[in-house]
Amino acid sequence: MTYSSILIQFLNGLASASSLFLVAAGLSLIFGVTRIVNFAHGSLYMLGMYVAVGLAGQIGFWWSVPLAALAVAGFGALVEALLLRRIYGAPELLQALATFALVLVVKDYTLWQWGPEDILGPRAPGLDGAVTIAGNRFPEYDLFLIAFGPLVLAALWLLLKRTRWGTLVRAATQDREMASALGVNQRWLFTSVFTLGACLAGLGGALQIPREPATLLIDLSVVVDAFVVVVIGGLGSIPGAFVAAFLIAEIKAFCIGLGYSTLTLVIEFIVMAVVLVIRPWGLFGRKPVLPRGPGAIERPLTPPSRTVIAALVAVTAALALLPLAYGGYTLVLMVDILIFALFAVSLHFIMGPGGLHSFGHAAYFGLGAYGAGLLAVRAGAPMEVSLAFAPLLAGLGALVFGWFCVRLSGVYLTMLTLAFAQIIWSIVFQWDDFTGGSNGIVGLWPAPWLASKTAYYYLTLVSCVAAIALLWRVLYSPFGYALRAARDSPTRADAIGMDVRQLQWAGFAVAGLFAGIAGALYAFSKGSISPETMAVSRSVDGLVIVLLGGIQTLTGPVWGAALFTWLQDTMARNIDYWRAVIGAVILLLVLAFPQGITGFVAERLEQRRT
Amino acid sequence: MSVLAVKNLSKAFGGVQAVRDVSFAVAAGELLAMIGPNGAGKTTCFDLLNGQLAPDAGEIEFEGRSLRGLAPREIWRLGVGRTFQITATFGSMTVRENVQMALLSHHRRLSSLFSLAAKRYRGEADALLARVGMRDQAERPCAVLAYGDLKRVELAIALANQPRLLLMDEPTAGMAPGERGELMQLAADLARGSKIAVLFTEHDMDVVFTHADRIVVLSGGELIAQGSPQEVRAHAAVREVYLGSYA
Amino acid sequence: MFKLTRRKALLTLASLAAAVAASPAVQAQTIKIGELNSYKLFPAFLEPYKKGWELALDEINRAGGINGRKIEVVSREDGGNPGDAVRAAEELLSRENVSLLMGTFASHIGLAVSNLANQRKVVFIAAEPLTDKIVWENGNRYTFRVRPSTYMQVAMLIPEAAKLKKQRWAIVYPNYEYGQSATASFKKLLTNAQPGVQFIGEQAPALNKIDAGAVVQALADAKPDAIFSSLFGADLQKFVREGNLRGLFKDRPVFNLLAGEPEYLDPLKEETPDGWYVTGYPWNEIRTPAHQKFLAAYQAKWKDYPRLGSVVGYSTLYTVANVLKRAGGPDTEKVIAAMKGMEMDTPIGPIVWRPIDNQSTMGAYVGRLAKKDGKGVMVNWRYADGAHFLPTFEEVKAMRKE
Repeated sequence: MTYSSILIQFLNGLASASSLFLVAAGLSLIFGVTRIVNFAHGSLYMLGMYVAVGLAGQIGFWWSVPLAALAVAGFGALVEALLLRRIYGAPELLQALATFALVLVVKDYTLWQWGPEDILGPRAPGLDGAVTIAGNRFPEYDLFLIAFGPLVLAALWLLLKRTRWGTLVRAATQDREMASALGVNQRWLFTSVFTLGACLAGLGGALQIPREPATLLIDLSVVVDAFVVVVIGGLGSIPGAFVAAFLIAEIKAFCIGLGYSTLTLVIEFIVMAVVLVIRPWGLFGRKPVLPRGPGAIERPLTPPSRTVIAALVAVTAALALLPLAYGGYTLVLMVDILIFALFAVSLHFIMGPGGLHSFGHAAYFGLGAYGAGLLAVRAGAPMEVSLAFAPLLAGLGALVFGWFCVRLSGVYLTMLTLAFAQIIWSIVFQWDDFTGGSNGIVGLWPAPWLASKTAYYYLTLVSCVAAIALLWRVLYSPFGYALRAARDSPTRADAIGMDVRQLQWAGFAVAGLFAGIAGALYAFSKGSISPETMAVSRSVDGLVIVLLGGIQTLTGPVWGAALFTWLQDTMARNIDYWRAVIGAVILLLVLAFPQGITGFVAERLEQRRT
Repeated sequence: MSVLAVKNLSKAFGGVQAVRDVSFAVAAGELLAMIGPNGAGKTTCFDLLNGQLAPDAGEIEFEGRSLRGLAPREIWRLGVGRTFQITATFGSMTVRENVQMALLSHHRRLSSLFSLAAKRYRGEADALLARVGMRDQAERPCAVLAYGDLKRVELAIALANQPRLLLMDEPTAGMAPGERGELMQLAADLARGSKIAVLFTEHDMDVVFTHADRIVVLSGGELIAQGSPQEVRAHAAVREVYLGSYA
Repeated sequence: MFKLTRRKALLTLASLAAAVAASPAVQAQTIKIGELNSYKLFPAFLEPYKKGWELALDEINRAGGINGRKIEVVSREDGGNPGDAVRAAEELLSRENVSLLMGTFASHIGLAVSNLANQRKVVFIAAEPLTDKIVWENGNRYTFRVRPSTYMQVAMLIPEAAKLKKQRWAIVYPNYEYGQSATASFKKLLTNAQPGVQFIGEQAPALNKIDAGAVVQALADAKPDAIFSSLFGADLQKFVREGNLRGLFKDRPVFNLLAGEPEYLDPLKEETPDGWYVTGYPWNEIRTPAHQKFLAAYQAKWKDYPRLGSVVGYSTLYTVANVLKRAGGPDTEKVIAAMKGMEMDTPIGPIVWRPIDNQSTMGAYVGRLAKKDGKGVMVNWRYADGAHFLPTFEEVKAMRKE
């Protein structure tokens, strides 16, 4: 690289950093105050883009930007007041689920309102050319963005440091309970913060339209980038978000400049993993104040009553008899449901009793699937052998990554699991010769004696039921109790001689191993695997299933898997806007049963008994 | 021989010397109170003893063995029990299960995957609960207990590994005055009965002077006095430190 | 007492079967075709595709169907990932009892469904996937593919590229199988046509996540004589805008696979770069009778102009109809036999289904981009017949592992 191209790449990085900062700042503010992991932040950004690109044709680009930002702010205020406000009392993860449901609804709304095609906006009037810098052409608009990012940072800084509102926001960010004890009007504070965050997201989206088209795929990609930035910078830290956005954008620009463009697929996750391993609370973050007293406290784990055991046995027996009454597709669908049930139960194992909220559990599902695929296709192992040994690869992966993850806590841990999952994903995605790259591996069929739908159904039924029963059983063992103990009070656990990290590490590996069993079964049921087997969306599906079913009960994930898979299958077949419908169903469930479906049923049963 | 011997212990944070050259010892069956105004270094001292912090200089010996560089869980394994200023119990478990956890850990049965945790050491747990007067609440979830009862549960947990030393950080904090004496009496009886050495910090001077065998006084990170309650009460430096608050 | 002998029973059954077979009710029974695609993930490309096959369906059934039997298309969302797609295909096969499968867009989904077709022994006509592997490395006897593949489309651009005699080429492609294989084919074919050509400055941004400013600068730094790109969609739009702003395309020929397809060209509008060499579909300038007829019918039914996907959807269903006629029904083995060497017309020209690899010889239009009334158009185009841009039988034989 010449000096002039180094300079230009540096400026390119700065321009990208500004856009990234806007969306990350809003996310960080919202998280800092309300503790909501707002999946819908990327959707707000997307709305900003579409509103601006729609308005730009009529009133010009420069007017469309503030209007779009205000419109999105208004939408954000509505969302906060009508939806989120009702569920602040619910467990934090459930709030995240609600925002995820919003993602689905907003996406389908956008499709309905603006149509499926990408819309490339106009160039910014007045800044539609390029200037010559060190012999290279550089867009004027990018110079504007480079200046705009720091301006927003300065404005936010003044707002936070110089106004009473800012003082309240900072107080709430540091210690929410303290702030509420000091008589802060939380309702108003939360609404205003969410509105401002939404406004920043909308602004970020609107300002992007001279640089890129509005597309329906932008929402999740932006929110993941923004999370990475927020976590690297340290949750709730605005300057941290700025520095992290700068860091990520520059590293990306120079990866490209130096000819390592393939690295851009994963570099941000590598940076995040490195930062978190070295600084467990991000660059500018502080060790979070642990909430005092019990949050949502679970009831003690009681052994299942005779009735419950009888019911579970009856369900299993009914499943065993199912092929007598139904064939064909019912069995195919049931295989999927059983596999996702095991996947969800393994996630619940580490999330619920283990207390480690993994956002990268699909990695271990995928490792199981790839383990099976690689053994069968690359090593030529028989299907039975591949199926038996594949989960070990997942367990091994979980053992390696878990070692790092259990050293962190809270959202940082969650994001590190995501980072590792993305790193594995990108390796699988790019290692063409070995993993088949983006196309994956095909030709993974079960051995002839298991090839019929009925035979494979029985294989899945036996494997999944046994694995689920085993996981449940472990929860009643001293090890399972120790996991819960380490979650309930790490301090106390440590003070009675428990090695908390080692316990959690073991738990993480067990969960990974069992997810791997599900993955291996999945591979042979589909005949092929691709990197999507371990993509973020599968991790999200897992979370949705667990939360939908209810994280505080053991059977919740199973019913969640059944409901979610069935819903997706039926909706996708019968309704055009099925995503929005699923989103709406999830929202309704969250509002009606904040403790999940099974939690709700269990509570009702208990009420009737007493 | 003393159970716990602290020699020339020092710890600084940045430029602030939180604990400076502190030495004292606790004998078996003895209740030693550590007192001092806020910021005197009591909490730092406790965190050094239980392994939460590493000392800059000095020595901590438990039964002649150095505790320096050991993690809290390793210190516990040697026979040091602990209660917290703000109670820390396992909220999703019953009272009995909380004690069972300590017993499982004591017997090194935590990695067992297939026995039923709730059936292990049930009798032992109930016996411990009986000693602290919580036997009748064994089935209740810890999350719903009254604060004083939680303190008792903590005591039972601390006794589970038959400790020779018990570290109690503000054992009566947050309790009603009437309950305080009761809890401290219980602790004292258990300690004396089982020859356990007890080191505790306490704000409530009534509790201290009623139950402690000896008292060490910290101020500004330094140990300014130690001796029997009568001696400490009469000590000039102590009177000066506590002037206005307790004199 | 009525005694039923075995002989009598057989006779009765046989006559019964004959009666059933001859009954008009069965004669008129519809033939079910299973269709699946990622309608939700790629609506911009697949809505026109769907309109294409819906138009064909109307026409085929209005013309009396297949030997008197109507066809019915049971269409499914494939969820945008191979796992769900396989499940959707299973549902079509076992619940809907479809006779054959068609559809899919993304290559990995196409491959997964093709693999299922091989396992379940049903015919699958892959409509949109471009991957070479679906008919070559991973090809199987049940899978047929309509569109010209990545390799073929690259090959169509090679003559023009070689003619320019440019020495130093920079390459930019989306980092997944399509971009990778386009790049590999381009390097191989151009080196054959123009020995000694150099490839410098390769950029492989992640799909849909191009950092266009940085990529454009990095390409400019390499000082190439010409650029080969296989970007499409949002990546292409970002790349074009930054490249225009930063003067990357000034005095530098650019070859971009697919950029002349209305799906990718139309969103560029004012930014459409002049003079790019592309493959595509200049729908409003094709004057062949077959296309005129298709265009008129399409516009009459949908009040919209066709995209390339419309042609693909239309041709795919016509393939199904033609082969069913030729095979005399939906029997899989008969269909496979009938597909081999089948000739038929499509809106963009006649095609042949190659017996050796189940690939159609559908071609593409090769031409250059220009701006007209603020919109992108293709000029100086010609139809490149796919038949001329396929590897030899020996090469194909070596790749297919049957």
